[in-house]
Amino acid sequence: MIIQSENPVLEVHDLTVSYSSKPALWGVDFSLPEGSITGIIGPNGSGKSTLLKSIMGLIPLSSGYVKIFGKDLDKVRSRVSYVPQRESVDWDFPVSALDVVLMGRYAKIGMLRSIRSSDRKIAMECLEKVGMTDFAKRQISQLSGGQQQRVFIARALAQEADFYLMDEPFAGVDAATEEAIITLLREMVNAKKNVIVVHHDLDTITEYFDWLVMLNMRLVASGPMKQVYIPELLKKTYGTRLSVLAEAGDLLAKDKFSEKK
Amino acid sequence: MDNFVNFFSFNDPNVRYVVLGSILLSVSAAIVGSFIVLKKKSLVGDAVSHSVLPGICAAFLFAGTKNTSLMLVGAFISGWLSLVAIDYITAKSKIKKDAAIGLVLSVFFALGIVLMTYIQQSGNAAQSGMDRFIFGKAATLIGSDLITFSVIAVVLIAVTLAFFKEFTIIAFDEHYAEVLGLPVRKLDLLLTSLTVLAVVSGITAVGVVLMAAMLITPAAAARYWTHNIRRMVLFAAIFGAVSGLAGAYISYIAPAMPTGPWMVVVSSLIAFFSFFFAPLGVVPKTLKRNKNSRTMMDENILKLFYQISERDENFKMKRTVEELLAFKKMQPTQLKSGMKRLNRQGLLDYSNQQAQLTETGLLKAKKIVRLHRLWELYLTNYMEIAPDHVHDNAEEMEHYITPELEKQLEKYLDNPETDPHGTMIPK
Repeated sequence: MIIQSENPVLEVHDLTVSYSSKPALWGVDFSLPEGSITGIIGPNGSGKSTLLKSIMGLIPLSSGYVKIFGKDLDKVRSRVSYVPQRESVDWDFPVSALDVVLMGRYAKIGMLRSIRSSDRKIAMECLEKVGMTDFAKRQISQLSGGQQQRVFIARALAQEADFYLMDEPFAGVDAATEEAIITLLREMVNAKKNVIVVHHDLDTITEYFDWLVMLNMRLVASGPMKQVYIPELLKKTYGTRLSVLAEAGDLLAKDKFSEKK
Repeated sequence: MDNFVNFFSFNDPNVRYVVLGSILLSVSAAIVGSFIVLKKKSLVGDAVSHSVLPGICAAFLFAGTKNTSLMLVGAFISGWLSLVAIDYITAKSKIKKDAAIGLVLSVFFALGIVLMTYIQQSGNAAQSGMDRFIFGKAATLIGSDLITFSVIAVVLIAVTLAFFKEFTIIAFDEHYAEVLGLPVRKLDLLLTSLTVLAVVSGITAVGVVLMAAMLITPAAAARYWTHNIRRMVLFAAIFGAVSGLAGAYISYIAPAMPTGPWMVVVSSLIAFFSFFFAPLGVVPKTLKRNKNSRTMMDENILKLFYQISERDENFKMKRTVEELLAFKKMQPTQLKSGMKRLNRQGLLDYSNQQAQLTETGLLKAKKIVRLHRLWELYLTNYMEIAPDHVHDNAEEMEHYITPELEKQLEKYLDNPETDPHGTMIPK
């Protein structure tokens, strides 16, 4: 079941992505309405992060296109913000929490220019929003997993964007952090921002999201929570292993024709 | 000694030039190198430094003389080719990056040595002194060469500092930099060019073989001094400068001595010292750990006094060392030195092998016992661990629980009276 929306903030059209010619996403096609929290869900290896990365232009598309606010990413970059998975960086890097949040300002500051005091002020406000003011000067390896995640979210907030894409922001964080983050996301949506979250915890889905994108290498469903959060679709997403699709992908990757009898 | 005075008075203009040149180029290498180290590309620096040799030799064969500018260009080109080769092999074959670096490094260096040997046996009179490109000679940093190399070094420093913020973000989180719309590929290309240029700038003074060390060692040493990237780059620059100065001095007092190895020895000594004694090094960490285990010991002794006193309900009685040891097995020497420490802190009155708790000592002992028992209760009530399994964990946690955590425990447990074993929890 795929429910498209009018004047979407995000339109993903017939998207196919491959890693060294092995397809990870097949013909994904959906659109998201304005002012919602969308959850991207699906089992391990279903292509959730891949979808997010391809929306952000971090991996090349084999086919299809992505439009954000009806435009190409390059035209609206300043309105789009991204929170990568926490494990994607080396936290033993000699910078403080504030330094990391300030990185969210780099595009607005511009190359070869130095950080202004107004940027520092915004960065501190963002740290405050995630409850990390006291840790601004702390080196990032000395923060707990939940605190590191908060720093990453503060960095995304510092971009002052309208559209936020977050890759597993709740992975490996404590309950207090999870609650703080979801409250913040709700506030953002109330302020007419748009949020997409890659999520893996089935228990909290109905509580957190308005809209769901259900993935399992291809799009299983996309639509309002009430319409798509039904046993049949959940079973389709998590239940059956798509063995034929996976095997077909392997054949493509090996680039080998079968000898047909 | 005369040499030392002559050198460090900097009266001789030649000395001044050589010192200036050596310092400039080692500082520039250290600053660029900081970002290579942070980007985890140290091996690439090594590959480049070995790979510039064939370029130098080819330039000599082409010109027939030691034309510095031409050699620089040759070095730059072959350094670049090596990086292209590494990227190509990694992308197009099954060979992984580390193996590709090893391959390219040895092939290029071998080719360089072959060419070098050919030149040295060619009978060309201009070839004398070619070997300095391998191990370096700071004393040759004079005249137009000095100007050329200094300009390169100043450009390197200026460009790296100008792109400080950009290089920091591509070293920390390249994907995010890309999302922000920064020209990540171009910045990468720029940093790579700066790396090659930094190697090239050292070819006469340090030599190609060891230039990689001048890129990497100061930055690696600096990482042990600070968690702040700006300070780290500053420290790296200072360590680079000291090594450069040392190299120039050696080259002055022992002209036959190659400079490069000496510079590297000095910077390695700095790195060695930093690894052990810098604030983030091994020794301060060990000291802190020892101090923590002493504090833990002291707290355990206070607790022991409290527990003994609980039996006869006399908290101010004097206890002998034997009595304490009979109550709980401990190393007698550790117990005695711990009691002396507590005596100095005013928590125990200790004399003639026996001691009693002071007022503050009693308060502190109470606190530790209280935390121990609160934690045991928390584990049994909330974690559903059997009462006979909670003691060991509480033995550790009692030393770590902060006042805030204690308040939370009180709240969760609703100010309990007794622990899971039915013993009183002191207030």
